[in-house]
Amino acid sequence: MSFLVSSAAVWTAPSVDYHALAPEIVLAVGLSIVLLVDLFTSERNKWLLSVLTGFSLLGAVLPVLTLALHDDSTRSLFDGRYVVDEFSLVMKGLFLLAGYVIVLLSSSHVEEGDYWRGEYWFLLLTSLLGMVMMSSARDLVSVFVALEFLSIPAYMLAAWRKRDLKSNEAGVKYFLLGVFASAVMLYGMSLLYGVANSTLLIDIAESISLDGEFGAIQALAIVFVVVGFAFKVSAVPFHTWAPDTYEGAPTPVTAFLSVASKAAGFIALVVMVLTAFPEGRDVWQPFVWILSALTMTIGNVFALRQTNLVRMIAYSSVSQGGFVLMPLAVAGGVAGEAALRAVVVYLIAYAATNLGMFGVILSVSRKTRSGDIASLGGLFTYAPALGVLLTIFLASLAGIPPLGGWIGKFAAFQALLTDATPWAYVLAVIGAVNSVIAFGYYGNVMREVWMRPVPHGDTTPITTPSSLQIALGITVIATLVLGILPGVVLHFGDMADLVGAFGG
Amino acid sequence: MLTSQFLLLGAILFCIGVYGVIARKNAVLVLMSIELILNSVNINLLAFALRNGSADGHTFALYIIAVAAAEVGVGLAMVLLIYRNRRSIGLDELSELRG
Repeated sequence: MSFLVSSAAVWTAPSVDYHALAPEIVLAVGLSIVLLVDLFTSERNKWLLSVLTGFSLLGAVLPVLTLALHDDSTRSLFDGRYVVDEFSLVMKGLFLLAGYVIVLLSSSHVEEGDYWRGEYWFLLLTSLLGMVMMSSARDLVSVFVALEFLSIPAYMLAAWRKRDLKSNEAGVKYFLLGVFASAVMLYGMSLLYGVANSTLLIDIAESISLDGEFGAIQALAIVFVVVGFAFKVSAVPFHTWAPDTYEGAPTPVTAFLSVASKAAGFIALVVMVLTAFPEGRDVWQPFVWILSALTMTIGNVFALRQTNLVRMIAYSSVSQGGFVLMPLAVAGGVAGEAALRAVVVYLIAYAATNLGMFGVILSVSRKTRSGDIASLGGLFTYAPALGVLLTIFLASLAGIPPLGGWIGKFAAFQALLTDATPWAYVLAVIGAVNSVIAFGYYGNVMREVWMRPVPHGDTTPITTPSSLQIALGITVIATLVLGILPGVVLHFGDMADLVGAFGG
Repeated sequence: MLTSQFLLLGAILFCIGVYGVIARKNAVLVLMSIELILNSVNINLLAFALRNGSADGHTFALYIIAVAAAEVGVGLAMVLLIYRNRRSIGLDELSELRG
């Protein structure tokens, strides 16, 4: 016990850089205000909460911008346990803007059901705060706390419709597998701490040498940590919760889980493998390679046979996850920087496209009240704008040129070709084959929209609320701009040597 | 120091926990198995902290205890929810969603 006393004696309060923490502080204040306002407003005025949530998110974007424009943009807090660098600022911006679009997508959906509105906005903001923290976490403890911070509210959001058996089931499945995965990951983290005698990721990187006394323990720890995050990003064979949760959860929550929560899992995985395990690449590269190949292929094969639109999008998002893992499978070698850029670009493009996709699904289901792909029949004849938007988003997901999804896939393949090893080429071929398979089910939906008759001849027009219209506008512009002017995001890779910036 | 014995205990608890999560069909028992895994992690951390003579492991364990309490709170609330709606907490009876 003596070392505890001695370390307590030399303890001094750390100096806190409040500018670097400003986005988190704005969000924390915002979510407290939402919780308090919810207590003291009548049912009629609950719309205030969605406005407050939107303003907190936009308010948190401002310090992200000032930090990005500041000369000294790499800031290290708490002895390097919490780092604000270009990479984390880009991801914070992505989470906050994706969160804002989700607020726009969900406001009409939430207002029209007689469910617990205040709790919805509060949980959404809490989970986004966890994601913003995750982009800066560079220590085992802060990674773990950020992961739980973003996951626990997400479990509750999935089970948000308390009386709906499907929503209950979605929440329980997500919760049990999610908690199990983080427990397995923690076991790996405890082994890492034991070997490195530090929880800092850069110290762990120094301690990892696979041929020493603890080689087997370190390999086991790396595998456990990667498995934990593989659950989070729903990589096959750890994806079984994803289709059920995506189908059963309320649709705006599904949009949130499939975009923001997934992106947070990916950046945590990127930070872990590139910052803590660069020397363990012989363990995680083959493992991620297998995960990537399986995820792309199995996700696609299951998506082909779905008749429910949301479930098809769930499997398609599993398979898109495989494409994000693809550059990571070579990230330990010469292609490290290209791979990191590919992951960031892919996540940005995927977020814009998939959120737009859910915007269209939410608009159409306001009329059809159905999740079947067949309910989209003849959409173009009575709602031409939605038909065209849906086609753009599907084409972007499929990776057709001048759209956002294409530039993501381009960057991912470029990283594989930079690596130029036989295994990278094999993975690129698997990826290319899967891009073609994916076109099968995306094309199937397009055929419904353009060529099939309207079910029951019901051609009453769809009324889209203005918040949904704005969300659709933002996402379609983002999808088109990313595709036509890819330099806007490819530039993020040039800002600095991002891999080098991790150390803080 | 008994580090290796503690680590062995942690590993055994971990294996029992993983077995329980996979084999049990009762939601409460699955939750208890997950708690076993989390406690095996705590034992590991404390054993390593004693061996290495650093306080980081103690801090990490405290964080895990706090977060695990929050997780169990949410988990029991969800188990109660499915019990209220279906009068059963069997996980194999959750079959609204498949395909």
